[in-house]
Amino acid sequence: MTTETSTAVEIEMITIVIDGFEITVPKGTLVIRAAEKLGIQIPRFCDHPLLDPAGACRQCLVDIEINGRAFPKPQASCTIPVENGMIVKTQLTSPVADKAQKGVMELLLINHPLDCPVCDKGGECPLQNQAMSNGRSESRFEGVKRTFDKPVPISSQVLLDRERCVLCARCTRFSEQIAGDPFITLNERGALQQVGIYENDPFNSYFSGNTVQICPVGALTGTSYRFRARPFDLVSTPSACEHCASGCSMRTDIRRGKTLRRLAGDDASVNEEWNCDKGRWAFKYVNNRERLATPMVRGDDGELHETSWPHALEVAAAGLKGKRAAVLTGGRVTLEDAYGYSKFARLALGTNDIDFRARPHTDEEASFLAAVAQTATTTYSDLDKADHVVLLGFEPEDESPIVFLRLYKKVRKGKLIITTDAPFASRGSLKLNAHRAKVSEISGLTSKSVVMVGERLAETPGALSAALELVNKSGAKIAWVPRRAGERGALQAGAISNLLPGGRPTSDNAARVDISTAWGVSTLPSDKGRSTSEILHALTLDSDDPKALDAVVIGGVDPLDISADALSQLLNTFIVSLELSHSAITAVADVVLPVAAVVEKSGTFLDWEGRARSFEKAIEESLNRSDVRILSMLADQLGASINLPTVAATRREIESLGNWDGARITFDKSAITPENSVSGNEAILTSWRQLLDLGTLQGGEDNLAGTARPATAHISVGRATKLGVTDGDLIKISNSFGSITLPVEISEMNDSDIWAPRNSINSQLMANLGAVQGVVTVVKA
Amino acid sequence: MTQLTPVLSANWNDSDSFTIAGYKRAGGYAAVTKALAMQPDEVIQLVKDAGLRGRGGAGFPTGMKWGFIPQGDNKEHYLVVNADESEPGTCKDMPLLLANPHVLIEGMIIASYAIRANHAFIYLRGEVVHVFRRVQQAIEDACAAGLLGKNIGGKGFDLELTLHAGAGAYICGEETALLDSLEGFRGQPRLRPPFPAIAGLYAKPTVVNNVESIASVPAIINNGVEWFNSMGTEKSKGFTLYSLSGHVTNPGQFEAPLGITLRELLDLAGGVRKGHQIKFWTPGGSSTPMFTAEHLDIPLDYEGVSAAGSMLGTKALQIFDETTCVLRAALRWTEFYKHESCGKCTPCREGTWWLVQMLKDLEAGKGTEADLEKLLDLCDNIAGRSFCALADGAVAPIISSLKYFRDEYIAHQTQGGCPFDPAASTLFESVAH
Repeated sequence: MTTETSTAVEIEMITIVIDGFEITVPKGTLVIRAAEKLGIQIPRFCDHPLLDPAGACRQCLVDIEINGRAFPKPQASCTIPVENGMIVKTQLTSPVADKAQKGVMELLLINHPLDCPVCDKGGECPLQNQAMSNGRSESRFEGVKRTFDKPVPISSQVLLDRERCVLCARCTRFSEQIAGDPFITLNERGALQQVGIYENDPFNSYFSGNTVQICPVGALTGTSYRFRARPFDLVSTPSACEHCASGCSMRTDIRRGKTLRRLAGDDASVNEEWNCDKGRWAFKYVNNRERLATPMVRGDDGELHETSWPHALEVAAAGLKGKRAAVLTGGRVTLEDAYGYSKFARLALGTNDIDFRARPHTDEEASFLAAVAQTATTTYSDLDKADHVVLLGFEPEDESPIVFLRLYKKVRKGKLIITTDAPFASRGSLKLNAHRAKVSEISGLTSKSVVMVGERLAETPGALSAALELVNKSGAKIAWVPRRAGERGALQAGAISNLLPGGRPTSDNAARVDISTAWGVSTLPSDKGRSTSEILHALTLDSDDPKALDAVVIGGVDPLDISADALSQLLNTFIVSLELSHSAITAVADVVLPVAAVVEKSGTFLDWEGRARSFEKAIEESLNRSDVRILSMLADQLGASINLPTVAATRREIESLGNWDGARITFDKSAITPENSVSGNEAILTSWRQLLDLGTLQGGEDNLAGTARPATAHISVGRATKLGVTDGDLIKISNSFGSITLPVEISEMNDSDIWAPRNSINSQLMANLGAVQGVVTVVKA
Repeated sequence: MTQLTPVLSANWNDSDSFTIAGYKRAGGYAAVTKALAMQPDEVIQLVKDAGLRGRGGAGFPTGMKWGFIPQGDNKEHYLVVNADESEPGTCKDMPLLLANPHVLIEGMIIASYAIRANHAFIYLRGEVVHVFRRVQQAIEDACAAGLLGKNIGGKGFDLELTLHAGAGAYICGEETALLDSLEGFRGQPRLRPPFPAIAGLYAKPTVVNNVESIASVPAIINNGVEWFNSMGTEKSKGFTLYSLSGHVTNPGQFEAPLGITLRELLDLAGGVRKGHQIKFWTPGGSSTPMFTAEHLDIPLDYEGVSAAGSMLGTKALQIFDETTCVLRAALRWTEFYKHESCGKCTPCREGTWWLVQMLKDLEAGKGTEADLEKLLDLCDNIAGRSFCALADGAVAPIISSLKYFRDEYIAHQTQGGCPFDPAASTLFESVAH
């Protein structure tokens, strides 16, 4: 705090006069921004507060004098920083500036087509608006307009209409400066200048959708949205993104009960004004053909049959009542829903057998989550201030894209060192100029450094212990960045065996008393509870085994995220499935209860920082219910009420509980797994999920899928030489379980390593290799 | 009567003027020895004292430009010579480099030494392949003679010289666009500040000078400030190359003191095309507002031309006699600017697009006098509103031709087309009608 105050004092303030009004702003502020503070709107196209100034469109010309010396000609207010003694006259007080602006506007329009009535941007178009406010009412242009073929796809999801383009270079500057993906550029010259792509490098940026959003005209449009709606027919609702733990603020635009588009929302402390393409475009899963609308119960014929809610709840309750049942929630539910599962497990099922981790996991991780992650307070602003960020088991561009953007922003200015434990220099690592090092080799961290730990660290026993050792040794901050949007919330809600809501240890008597009092029950289960893998194992035991489980409530879990045999472990048990769409679980479930998708419900996600991202229902018409409401009904049916009839009531209850202020679980350190040694054709496989892959929530959006990075296996030069392969040649990766065949990409990495994407086309590791890492055999295919 | 003062062009009549031997025989490379014996700052001071001003058009004092380079900053410094000569009418650097490439190399060695640059570049217009080859050979010969490379003249000064061929964009004559292009990017002007002296080529302190400016340095070193100041006028010192072209009996390069008049130059060049009178002329290429017969006695120095409402520019004196349609000339120039507008900023990109269409209509005799006001208003919305000076140059011929020849514009309208015979203005043998 003290350092912040002192830097605030050091910022030099400068007073200037704009249109006769004094305004004091920090040194370095651009004139156009200072004018905004006075409520004086200078028209602009190329200016964007998060991009470097360009001065290209010349729309923001104003008259400026400094200490009595006037600039001989109007200046672009988006490029000139304030100076002491500066007097600015905008279009409001300077006839010269006014004429200059009107002149530029007229010129911008001479080659602009008059297709506003069919343009996606019509109605929300800065060119339209500013032509009205700062333009001439009639054009004097009687000549021939420039024409182009329209539209041309610059990727499968972004279309370019060159006639509409005002060449402000916002898109190209965004791609270069914010995303670090300079895949589009301006080419040709004069009025034929146009945005172009490269011959061999497609515009496959994870952030390309932002170019559509910041385009000040209808030049860049999204393939999926083109010609689908008029902006004034849409109902917009602020929302939060469900795709990852970055925590993007979003806007969801609905027309007649259907999501037509989603935009990045403004939140300076989280996503600024950006989001990733998955967050923007992957929403068709809500309306896909597999979507569930009606409850179903498995009949005597072994098939699922649609039924009424009362009947479905009755069957579910009958199957759970008096049985030893557990809960698997998955990592995608909201905080409120997770709280519902947590309370349902404890009160309705009387068990601590609950786990949100639908992925490989360890007890070490459970201990880490309770002891460290649940209380971690590292934020985006700590990344802004960091001197060194260490990425362990975490690939930000693929697994938390907004974290990547934040890091890149600072790396680009040369003010941040990044170290990663990734086995090869991924595209993200290359952009971040990241050093690759093993955790044991990392040094030089300070209290300003941040160690970011991904969920994949839990796949190697001892890795979290090593990360914590690094943190404790250096005094650096720690951040746990799960991949899914719901994990931090589920942790907070106690949807894990060792924690009750608010970080209260299940093993702590006082903590249990705390919660049982709030819940109005005399006791809570005090057993140790079991993890996802233990629960799955218990479901396979003979029913007379004291450790056996008879039933399980599952919300949004893909068994292949957990292990290759998770599904088979579920085959002979009573399953109540709360699901959006038909899935591997509903295929074996006894009762299927349809739930609401994010746009159909209100709720809260906690992002990786633990910051609450609350959102309201975007689709008012939806009859689908949030998981917590269904669980509440099911609990009533079971005769063990959890009293959470609405999301709002749940939210209030969570708030009233607050955080645990007693003793925390202490971290249970694990021994570090010795590294595998390999020889001959053997290699150590590592993997992560690419941002755009075969993930369930990306279903139905082919335009988005078209920009996914192709699946390739990365190997070292040494291995490539040994195998006699070059870039693009096929190799076969196999183990005792199975094999995959992928084109190879030679990277800078250890000879013993190989990397492949976890869930991409031709590279679904859990399904085909039965593992996401470990020793494999690699041969030329 | 002002006399010619051949300095740069003194040895052009020697058949081997372009060879290192020929150059040395004419006293070449003596200035390097002299300059390397001085302190770098002394060299800068000498050029400052001489009052040498940029010969590329703007006339910025060369020594002052060198003095802007921060010294002791532990950064690489670069000298970049702008040889991207492409202004319509301008034809001084190419003949100079063809006839006497070593004078530029010698100047570059001295300038680099002064600004403490160990790497210098020539950004040469790529279309003039013959000049490119000749400069390339000259660089090779200078290297072989120990005038470039390591430890030049045994004085411990290293200089690497890179010759770069531009790909033919007028905008790359703008110094920041040139730097972008030299770095391998598409040439478009950069936002300033930072100025090249602080962050130029590869974001390092950089001096960008015109060929003629740098080539003038060896003579100043050899002969001193007084000698240089004995030529020219009060604020425009020294000699320079005037390029006469168009309707003139003996077109070519005329090296004379600054301040000579066109009347004098025409006398030296045998006058306007026989049997014709001068109608209009450009003092320094098409970007400089045109003059007429009434301006023949204006001293052609920076101040004189400026006071008369134009710019000295590149001293490309294009002479047009009474057979020329001024509207047609303005349209041809505007078409050039439309073609060469880089597209970065709206006024230039869209404005030149529109201007060409308006001028074509006017040339075809369409429109009314009100359209001339519209044309001028459009020029007013372009000039001084654009990112760089290209657009200012683009409207110069239009505004100035309308100023002096408004009647001729109107004549197109009253006669429903151009009143001139375009063949009459051509310089090739007249074709039998």
